[in-house]
Amino acid sequence: MGSGNRQPFDNPVIEWVDSRLPVFTLMNKEYGVFPTPKNFNYFWNFGAIAMVMLILMLVTGITLAMHYAAHTDVAFSSVERIMRDVNFGWLIRYMHMNGASFFFIAVYIHIFRGLYYGSYKQPRELLWMLGVLILLLMMATAFMGYVLPWGQMSFWGATVITNLFSALPVVGPGIVEWLWGGFAVDNPTLNRFFSLHYLLPFVIFAVVFLHVWALHVTGSNNPSGIEPNGPQDTIPFHPYYTMKDTAGLLLFLLIYCIFTFFMPNALGHPDNYIEANPLVTPAHIVPEWYFLPYYAILRAVTFDTNLFLLIGLVCAAYLVAVNLWFTKKPENCPVATTFKIPVLQDIPMKALEPLMAAGAVLFLGIGGMIAFMPDMGMAKMMDAAAPVLVEAKLGGVLAMFGSIAMLFVLPFIDRHPYRSAVFRPWFKVAVLLLTIDFFVLTYVGGKPAEGLYVLVAQAATAYYFAFFLVIIPFLNKFEPRVPLPPSIHQYVLDKKAKKKQKSDDYMNALKPEAAE
Amino acid sequence: MKLFSAFCLGLALMVPVSAMAAGDAETPPKQQWHFSGPLGTYDRAALQRGFQVYRQVCSACHSMKLLSYRNLEDLGYSEAQVKAIAGEYTVTDGPNDEGEMFDRPALPSDRFVSPYPNDAAAKYANNGALPPDMSLLAKARKNGPDYIYAVLTGYEEPHGDTHLLPGQHYNKYMAGHVIAMAPPLSDGLVAYEDGSSTTVDQYSRDVSEFLMWAAEPKMEARKQTGVKAILFLLAFFGIMYAVKKKLWAGLH
Ligand code: HEC
Ligand code: HEM
Repeated sequence: MGSGNRQPFDNPVIEWVDSRLPVFTLMNKEYGVFPTPKNFNYFWNFGAIAMVMLILMLVTGITLAMHYAAHTDVAFSSVERIMRDVNFGWLIRYMHMNGASFFFIAVYIHIFRGLYYGSYKQPRELLWMLGVLILLLMMATAFMGYVLPWGQMSFWGATVITNLFSALPVVGPGIVEWLWGGFAVDNPTLNRFFSLHYLLPFVIFAVVFLHVWALHVTGSNNPSGIEPNGPQDTIPFHPYYTMKDTAGLLLFLLIYCIFTFFMPNALGHPDNYIEANPLVTPAHIVPEWYFLPYYAILRAVTFDTNLFLLIGLVCAAYLVAVNLWFTKKPENCPVATTFKIPVLQDIPMKALEPLMAAGAVLFLGIGGMIAFMPDMGMAKMMDAAAPVLVEAKLGGVLAMFGSIAMLFVLPFIDRHPYRSAVFRPWFKVAVLLLTIDFFVLTYVGGKPAEGLYVLVAQAATAYYFAFFLVIIPFLNKFEPRVPLPPSIHQYVLDKKAKKKQKSDDYMNALKPEAAE
Repeated sequence: MKLFSAFCLGLALMVPVSAMAAGDAETPPKQQWHFSGPLGTYDRAALQRGFQVYRQVCSACHSMKLLSYRNLEDLGYSEAQVKAIAGEYTVTDGPNDEGEMFDRPALPSDRFVSPYPNDAAAKYANNGALPPDMSLLAKARKNGPDYIYAVLTGYEEPHGDTHLLPGQHYNKYMAGHVIAMAPPLSDGLVAYEDGSSTTVDQYSRDVSEFLMWAAEPKMEARKQTGVKAILFLLAFFGIMYAVKKKLWAGLH
């Protein structure tokens, strides 16, 4: 940012400003000539798209707030007034409503990109963690925003989700009352949610600033996962990516507009067009679609975790830890290397393994029986010996927050030296399965928690956590390392050659027939 | 690119599937409406007939608190006609200079007058069931207008195991197949002036269209603006995509 080695501008006005406050130099450095890997695919569009959606949400949101009234008596009808009587009020509201959905779509694709191409890895750990923080803030903002129109789903969604905190031991009920500002979701709740819903997007904006700052320190990752190491690997951000991002953005906005203008309520729930009524509970309380995966995880924990189950889990965790988390060489231990903790060299961990394996089988078996089949004779007998430690509700809440926490610590779990799934055949399968898993969770999250749906949700939740806690550590240790191309440039050339080879083969296959 | 397309396709398939909530009653059959489709508009004649049905039948029990009489100009009524319609209703206003409340004929700026003073009175008059406010009914139910039409035409003799209490009726499209509203329509109940057939089926269609308008009065403006927005984005996208292609062609 130093203005010492500033290039003068030709335009005298720009030069006058820039010599006093070098904003033009800064913009040119960060968005003009900024060297960017030349091999981005369209997945690299979604950061910019998310940025545009954030601004769109701020603009439409502030406009809505000029007409909205945050009081339970009038909130619902003030929104309807916006829809019916405010000039273009229907447009502003539908843009904001569907904008939230499309903001989440953009950010979910953005996160998938980061996962698939290993963008979370060294040196971009903090960049990634700021991203997860943005996701959390977005979730809080969207949740509170959904309460504002004061429809049935607003009210009951708020009631269900705030009630989750009552599962926390000791402090739970106090926290819930504090959140509500009373003894139920009511006017004080609506008022504070409005206040926070106005505040949080600006907090998001600040964190996005840090996020982009961090990006401009490390530079972007790219589909090969190989760092650029020379001018042959990069191109200036402008005009190449400014033009490409604009094209991609327009296509995204096109789909967004199809929803906003032609099916504006398709992603919402009809019950939110019924005014909130604390005396009438809707048949199915479902959150907005973008919360469904976490909702599925929350509801997948239908069982109490008893003492035996916990002991069994600890034994199993020990086995996974000894064999996968910690490698034989202690210097490879992720926790130890990150935080520079000295590791005790020769604990006889191996010797304990058979014992732990037996413990895991035994305790998971009995504990699982008590938890899942409480009516069985055996389970009934053992019940008294195995007190419940974590009730189902608390377990669900822990799992739900844990699912986000997994993303947060991912950079420290994954120690494989390669970033991109392109060069990690096993990781590629695992991460694509995780993506499908996310879709499955979204699906069952929207279904009633009964019968087969519960089982599917439980299996999908198990895979979600296994991906982070078992599969990634396993891959750290066992995934084969195919040779990497020496540079992005070479990677692009190889790819082109492969493509040409393929089309040549195809043409050659056709040729003899043509000759005949 | 392949991965990207597969991902987008997956996402596109996912969204509508997950948006569907579970329901227990029969799904109402899809109807062809004048306002269906991306260019569909409301049929003013149907809206006027539908309003007539609402006014002469449904308004005896169902309120429409979010609408004002002036909104009826959207249906093609003139200012004078709207004034006349409003004038048939009485609202309580005041206090006047002497501090008294007084009754006066409704004005176009007044909200639709409700049949009951409050929900308790509405329930009391309807065997304990509350006739829902109709301002947003078409958006507050899954499959909105299809559903309303289906309920109005879905009355049947009770099937085997359904147990009906006094005041309850069998309807195949209600959740649980039970509705506390007696069939409100019968052939010939409302006299149409435009020669349309006076059957339950026709009344149901008209009143459903009217209720859709009531719930979404700005639908036509929305679709028209949407077409312009889409055309603009398509053209702009085409240009930017060409620019990008041309620009990148110079790279290797
Ligand atoms: C005699 C009073 C009365 C009249 C007249 C009446 N309704 Fe109803 N309506 C009710 C009651 C009471 C309910 C609530 C039924 C229930 O909850 O089971 C109801 C429910 C409904 C429902 C179902 C709403 C839901 O909860 O899904 C629809 C649709 C409906 N009415 C439409 C109409 C239409 C259209 C008309 C005019 C043609 C009309 N009603 C006339 C009393 C009436
Ligand atoms: C408000 C939401 C967000 C905005 C506006 C935003 C914005 C951006 C922008 C503009 C970029 C650079 C362009 C790009 O690489 O696509 C970027 C990069 C990045 N973002 Fe985000 N982001 C958001 C949320 C997130 C979230 C939730 C995560 C992860 C959990 C995340 C992780 C990353 C990572 C890892 C990069 C570097 C990517 C790379 O170069 O490979 N972002 N972000």
